[in-house]
Amino acid sequence: MKVHEYQAKDILAKYGVAVQRGVVATTADEAVRAAESLNKETGTDLFVVKAQIHAGGRGKGGGVKLAKSFDDVREKADAILGMMLKTPQTGPEGQKVRSVLIADAVDIAKEFYLGITLDRGRNQTVIMASTEGGVEIETVAEESPELILKEWVDPVIGLQGFQARRLAFGLGFEGDAFKKAVRFILALHRAYEESDCSIAEINPLTLTEQGDVLAIDAKINLDDNALYRHKDLAQLRDVNEEDPLEVEAAEHHLNYVKLDGNVGCMVNGAGLAMATMDIIKLAGGEPANFLDVGGGANPATVEAGFRIILKDPEVKAILVNIFGGIVRCDRVAKGVVEAAGKVDMKLPLIVRLQGTNAEEGKAILDESGLEVQTAILFQEAADKVQSALEG
Amino acid sequence: MAILVDKNTRLVVQGFTGKEGSFHSEQMMEYGTPLVGGVTPGKGGQSHLKRPVFDTVADAVREEGANASVIFVPPPFAADAVLEAAEAGIKTIICITEGIPVRDMIPVYQYVKSKGAALVGPNCPGVLTPGQAKVGIMPAMIFSEGPVGVVSRSGTLTYEAVDQLTRQGLGQSTAVGIGGDPIIGSRFIDVLKLYQADDETEAVVMIGEIGGTAEEEAAEYIRDHMSKPVFVFIAGQTAPPGRRMGHAGAIISGGKGTAEDKFAALEEAGAVIVKNPAAIGETVKSHLSVA
Repeated sequence: MKVHEYQAKDILAKYGVAVQRGVVATTADEAVRAAESLNKETGTDLFVVKAQIHAGGRGKGGGVKLAKSFDDVREKADAILGMMLKTPQTGPEGQKVRSVLIADAVDIAKEFYLGITLDRGRNQTVIMASTEGGVEIETVAEESPELILKEWVDPVIGLQGFQARRLAFGLGFEGDAFKKAVRFILALHRAYEESDCSIAEINPLTLTEQGDVLAIDAKINLDDNALYRHKDLAQLRDVNEEDPLEVEAAEHHLNYVKLDGNVGCMVNGAGLAMATMDIIKLAGGEPANFLDVGGGANPATVEAGFRIILKDPEVKAILVNIFGGIVRCDRVAKGVVEAAGKVDMKLPLIVRLQGTNAEEGKAILDESGLEVQTAILFQEAADKVQSALEG
Repeated sequence: MAILVDKNTRLVVQGFTGKEGSFHSEQMMEYGTPLVGGVTPGKGGQSHLKRPVFDTVADAVREEGANASVIFVPPPFAADAVLEAAEAGIKTIICITEGIPVRDMIPVYQYVKSKGAALVGPNCPGVLTPGQAKVGIMPAMIFSEGPVGVVSRSGTLTYEAVDQLTRQGLGQSTAVGIGGDPIIGSRFIDVLKLYQADDETEAVVMIGEIGGTAEEEAAEYIRDHMSKPVFVFIAGQTAPPGRRMGHAGAIISGGKGTAEDKFAALEEAGAVIVKNPAAIGETVKSHLSVA
């Protein structure tokens, strides 16, 4: 699960991570009040107005502006709030900005990168640091991997002080700032662990002219599987940032990802769903979605799946691909017949059933009077998709 | 021989008396799997499905000589269940549970390794050796006995591959679903080593997915150590970067983990690449009959 920058900073601050001061606002008036309260607190009269959307690269899209007065804050906040912000990480249509973070502008002496995530190769947490602050870590990894310092966390002993010191020395910190950097790294790691993050990334981490070590930006992703033990963090979810169809799918326990193609698909199992997308492409189409109905392909979930797929106007045909293991194909077939009737299916529908009671399932569909092409073999289904697209 | 489980397995089921555990235990027993008992803390001494229930895995090891475990325990308690099995000396631990937090799995991975046990999963369909033992949730009727080892990150796509093999008259030595999570006990390379060493396995079908680098790692092993032919399909050729495709591990991030990269690495390592998921069975068939 993704959270906003201001939420990430709130989480980190609780663990003693030094973050840039800021207040979130959803209107221009609130933004001005936020700036006024920051001014009282820190004496600053320079503010940064930052669009709060989940996608990164906000600065490049015009979502981060410097403001030099309260009036300027109002003007900048007014311009950013409600805009469709396009960044390299949003879709081409952009993401609507619903809130802004009004932050204390910081005198930056130096910028760094600091990130924590899982190293899947080693099955250990890795802390990565780099002097190339403000640059995407993937770019640094590609162009100058020697500039990335890494420390792995031993699951038995945990992160040790000497490791944090090694990173801070490696980044070139000295004196008082060195101590602050070490504290920062240790606190960030504690926040990562205790909040069950899958990513905690500070880019940039800054050394200010005043000698402070501060997070100017913060990105946190949380492990969905661990949200059951973080009820407070689970509430930070912002469904406005998610595709409405994906939200609707999740409510029906379906795993849906919208894509840009013309053939919708509904499959049981993530691997088979990806393979079905691949075979759609081989059949001359483009997958319109990923949709995993999981182990419970019953009439209600099949109907929900159809409704979600049909909301995408690009879809020209639908392929249902079920490999019945525990799921019985005759039950799925009944579900398809019932659901197709309810949603008034007008598109070419191809249903491939294989596994437990596949022949019975196929017979139910063939005798249903429904306009449906049935298949038992995967290739047969692909061929029928192809002829549906050509016909 | 076969790998991981066979007729000499003495299986204990953790989460035996729960709904999932009960349903699949019945199916496993019906297949003839040597299932010697189950563990449900607090229900020790009872009998369930005509098998003894124990309070602890250690009790099942002592009383029934259990040497393998399958876990159907809910996610908040599953990591503990794996640790308990490893501590009790179980050497083959198969964890079906989906949804275990990564933070729980990191120490589990280390501990199981330190005990010299093999963990398969979590979030996997299990292991099936045709005619001998079905451990987990794979549908038995698509399997047949034979020389092809199957290893896969996915569930239903494993069934698809097995079914295609069986239709071509090619039976399986064992099929292993290693699971789709970021941290799994056995990776492709671990299972490939077992197949390479297994006399009854003549060829291997490997089914990968986008995300991570396990397939690239497997490619190195195939190039340097594998004398048996390996046939590979990678799911997610059409998946866009940055989007998680169901499995927590199936995500192309930072331009890494694409199907294209994985196919290229495996092809270079000498594996036979299958790009059409409907052609897995016939590709294996045509190569094996030529050889």
